[in-house]
Amino acid sequence: MFSKNNFLGGIFSAFFILFLMKNLTLNLFLSFCKIGAFTFGGGYAMISMVKDCLVDKNKWMTEDDFWDCIALAQALPGVFAINMALYTGLKINGKTGAASAAFGAMLPSFIIIVVIASFFADLNSYESVAKVFAGIRPCVIALIFSPGIAMLKKSKLTIKTLWLPIISLSLICFLGVSPIIVIMVAILLGIISARISYNKIK
Amino acid sequence: MIYLHLFWVFFKIGLFGFGGGMAMISMIRMEVVDNYNWLSANEFTDLLAISQMTPGPISINTATFVGHTQAGILGSAIATFALCLPSILLMIAVLLLFFKHKDSPYVKKTMDFLLPVISGLIIAAAILMCDANSFATPISLLIFGFSLTAHYFYKVNPIVLIVISGVVGYISM
Repeated sequence: MFSKNNFLGGIFSAFFILFLMKNLTLNLFLSFCKIGAFTFGGGYAMISMVKDCLVDKNKWMTEDDFWDCIALAQALPGVFAINMALYTGLKINGKTGAASAAFGAMLPSFIIIVVIASFFADLNSYESVAKVFAGIRPCVIALIFSPGIAMLKKSKLTIKTLWLPIISLSLICFLGVSPIIVIMVAILLGIISARISYNKIK
Repeated sequence: MIYLHLFWVFFKIGLFGFGGGMAMISMIRMEVVDNYNWLSANEFTDLLAISQMTPGPISINTATFVGHTQAGILGSAIATFALCLPSILLMIAVLLLFFKHKDSPYVKKTMDFLLPVISGLIIAAAILMCDANSFATPISLLIFGFSLTAHYFYKVNPIVLIVISGVVGYISM
């Protein structure tokens, strides 16, 4: 636990925090800290808490502005919770606001995971903990299947688009193609097909 | 060197991470388990369980955890920062362009292609995690079936399901 890496990391983090303290919107930072520390289940579970805090309780922004920020956060790649914090923070208090909100959203999970990770290597050697995780593993896999199926339903497949999930799944599972390449190709196909249909209208 | 690798891996994932945490998981798994051999398939599944049980975004939790296993707290900081960096850069780009293209046919058409592909990506990640170690006994299959039904049809909270599965595992395995 007290390796050179951890020592360097501690110093690095301390400097980073000091730097941020000087450029922070404290209210925003604390609000997002609270939201980050108490929402389980990822970014989408955070939406209602963020709206509660920013729109209803503190009236820092209007509801219309809030939904604009969410749409933007969803359309762009990256961690949804961080995107959401960045755009609402930006709306409320410019670049300082964006940095404060994003840092606040990230910090609680960072601290919690670092503490857990420091102990986990030892924990796993106990037989009882190993048993608990043997039970949890199939559950975690089910928890990944479930949103996958939900999204498949949401994307309203037709015969023309049915091949997309099948091909991408087989490429990744059976041929070991990187998911990043699959996403890049999908974006390219989207742009090409938009170009074709755009020309037709013209 | 390891810092550079961590940074590059999570920067890429942040940049191409469309479709939320679960879609990113399949990318993280490919890089961390298959390409770099930082973690075994089992360790990765356990790490995911912890990421889902603890508060905060799943992808941030996973990045922090992977960084810590490879290079301590500094590794955690670099992995997490690298994951968020593309979002920050894109925000600056959005500020410059002010998102004129939100309703452009290009964006809409591309989303039409991305959604089905992302669902394929997520299901692929789940299939790749199904190995003999995760399904050691018939009880594992029962836990899997129960969790999937409870989450998909009844929207039971994932933490509740993980706790139940852990208790069942402790008693039965």
